[in-house]
Amino acid sequence: MKKLSLYLGCITPNRYPGIEKATRLCLERLKIDCSDLPGASCCPAPGVFRSFDKATWLALASRNIVLSEEMGRDLLTICNGCYGSLVDANNELKNDPKLKKSTNAHLEKIGKKFKGTVDVRHIIELLYDEFGPEKIKEAIVRPINLRVALHYGCHLVKPSKERQLGSSENPRFFDELIEAVGAESVDYPDKMACCGAGGGVRSALLDRSLAMLNHKLVRIKEADVDCIVNACPFCHLQFDSGQVEIAEKLGIEYNIPVLHYSQLLGLAFGFSPEELGIDLNLVTNQEFFEKLKAIAEG
Amino acid sequence: MDPSEISNALKEAGLEILTCMQCGTCSGSCPSGRYTGMITRKLVRKARVGGDILHDEDLWMCTTCYTCQERCPRGISITDAILKIRTIAVHEGIMLPAHRKVSQLVLQYGHAVPINDSVKERRVKLGMESLPETVHKYPDALADVQTLLKSCGFDKLAVSEG
Repeated sequence: MKKLSLYLGCITPNRYPGIEKATRLCLERLKIDCSDLPGASCCPAPGVFRSFDKATWLALASRNIVLSEEMGRDLLTICNGCYGSLVDANNELKNDPKLKKSTNAHLEKIGKKFKGTVDVRHIIELLYDEFGPEKIKEAIVRPINLRVALHYGCHLVKPSKERQLGSSENPRFFDELIEAVGAESVDYPDKMACCGAGGGVRSALLDRSLAMLNHKLVRIKEADVDCIVNACPFCHLQFDSGQVEIAEKLGIEYNIPVLHYSQLLGLAFGFSPEELGIDLNLVTNQEFFEKLKAIAEG
Repeated sequence: MDPSEISNALKEAGLEILTCMQCGTCSGSCPSGRYTGMITRKLVRKARVGGDILHDEDLWMCTTCYTCQERCPRGISITDAILKIRTIAVHEGIMLPAHRKVSQLVLQYGHAVPINDSVKERRVKLGMESLPETVHKYPDALADVQTLLKSCGFDKLAVSEG
C-alpha cells in the first residue's frame, strides 16, 4: 500500500472531531503510514461548488491533491462528499490535458502544479481492498455485537462508473466490514436511499432535506437497531443533528445513536466511547452507552 | 436564455439529453421527488424543449444522489446535466441566498463549515490541538486558497446578485 496523507475536509475537524480522533487511532492501530496534510481546505463541496463553477471546483480540489502529491502520498478521505469531489477532480484532470492546463494556469499563481501522480482513497474502500474483512476480524480485540443500520451514503458508490466498487444498487463490501467487527448489518427498506443532505439541499431547503431524512429514520426505527453507522461526516451530521431538528420541528423523537465506521472500529479495537468522541454527538442515548459499557466489561 | 442554448451547452459538456424518451424512471427513483415535488423527468424535458428552467426551483432540490443517472435506460447523465444547468443559472446571477452564504464562508475561511469555539474545546478535550491541520492553522495556505478563488473569479460570482 502506498503511503497516505489524511485529508480532513470541513465537517470532521470543525463539527465532529471525534471522527478525526477515531480515524487517527484506527490508522495507528493498523500501522498505516498516514501523515497529516497541512494547509488543506474545503474539498470543495461537490454538490454546491462543483455546480457553481467548474474552474473553481477544479482549482481548489487540485490544490488539495497537489499538497499530497508533493509528499508523494495518496490522499485518504473519510467523507463521501470529499471523496466524490476529489476522486472526480483527480480523474478529470488526469484524463483531460486541456482541463489540466487551464487548472495549472490558476495553480501557477500560488507556485503549484498538478502532475497527476497520486490516487484518492476512501477509508472504507481502503480497508476493504488493502486489509479485507478477514484481516480486520483478526485485528480487533473485542467483538461489538450490536445491531447496526448501515448507511453507505451516495457518493461512496455513485456514480458507479467512476468508483469501480461494484453494484450501487445492492453493494456488500461495507456490510462485510460491519460484520468483521462482530456487529450485525440489519437490512431495512430503502437502505441505499440518500440521507437528504447533499447537493446544497440541507443548507438551503432544510425542511425538505429533513423530510428525506425522516423517510430513512422511520424505516431504521422499525428495523430495531442499536445505532446507525456511516462513512461520511455530512451524512453523520444529517443523521445526528437532523434527529434533533426533527424532534423540534415534527415532534418525533428517534434517539438513535450515530457512529462513523472509524468510531465503530475504534470500539472493536478496545477504545472507549469518550476516546472516540462518540459522547460528543447531539443524540445522547443512555441505553446505548450502557450497552457499550457492558460490551467493554465482557 | 434560449432553450436551445441550454441544450447546446449540455451537449458541449458531453451531456446528451435529446435521447430522453420520458419514461420516468428518473422521477420514480428520486428520493427528493417523493418529498419536495421535484420531477426529474419534467426537468429533463424542460431543458430540451424550453421553459424557464434557470428559475425553476426544482433545480435546487436535487441532492445529487445519482440514482436517476445510474438507472436511466438511455444512459443519460441526468445528475451531471442538472449540475451543469445549475452552473449556467449561477453564471446568470441566480443563486439561493443560503448558497451565497456558504460561498462567502469558503472565500473567508477556506472551509464551507468553519470551526467555532465549542468545537475547539471539544478538540482539546479529545487530546487534539484546538485548530486542525487545515487552512485554519496555516494563514499562508488560506491566502493561497483565496488567491485561487480570485483567479477563478469566484469572488465576483459569489457576490453578484441576479
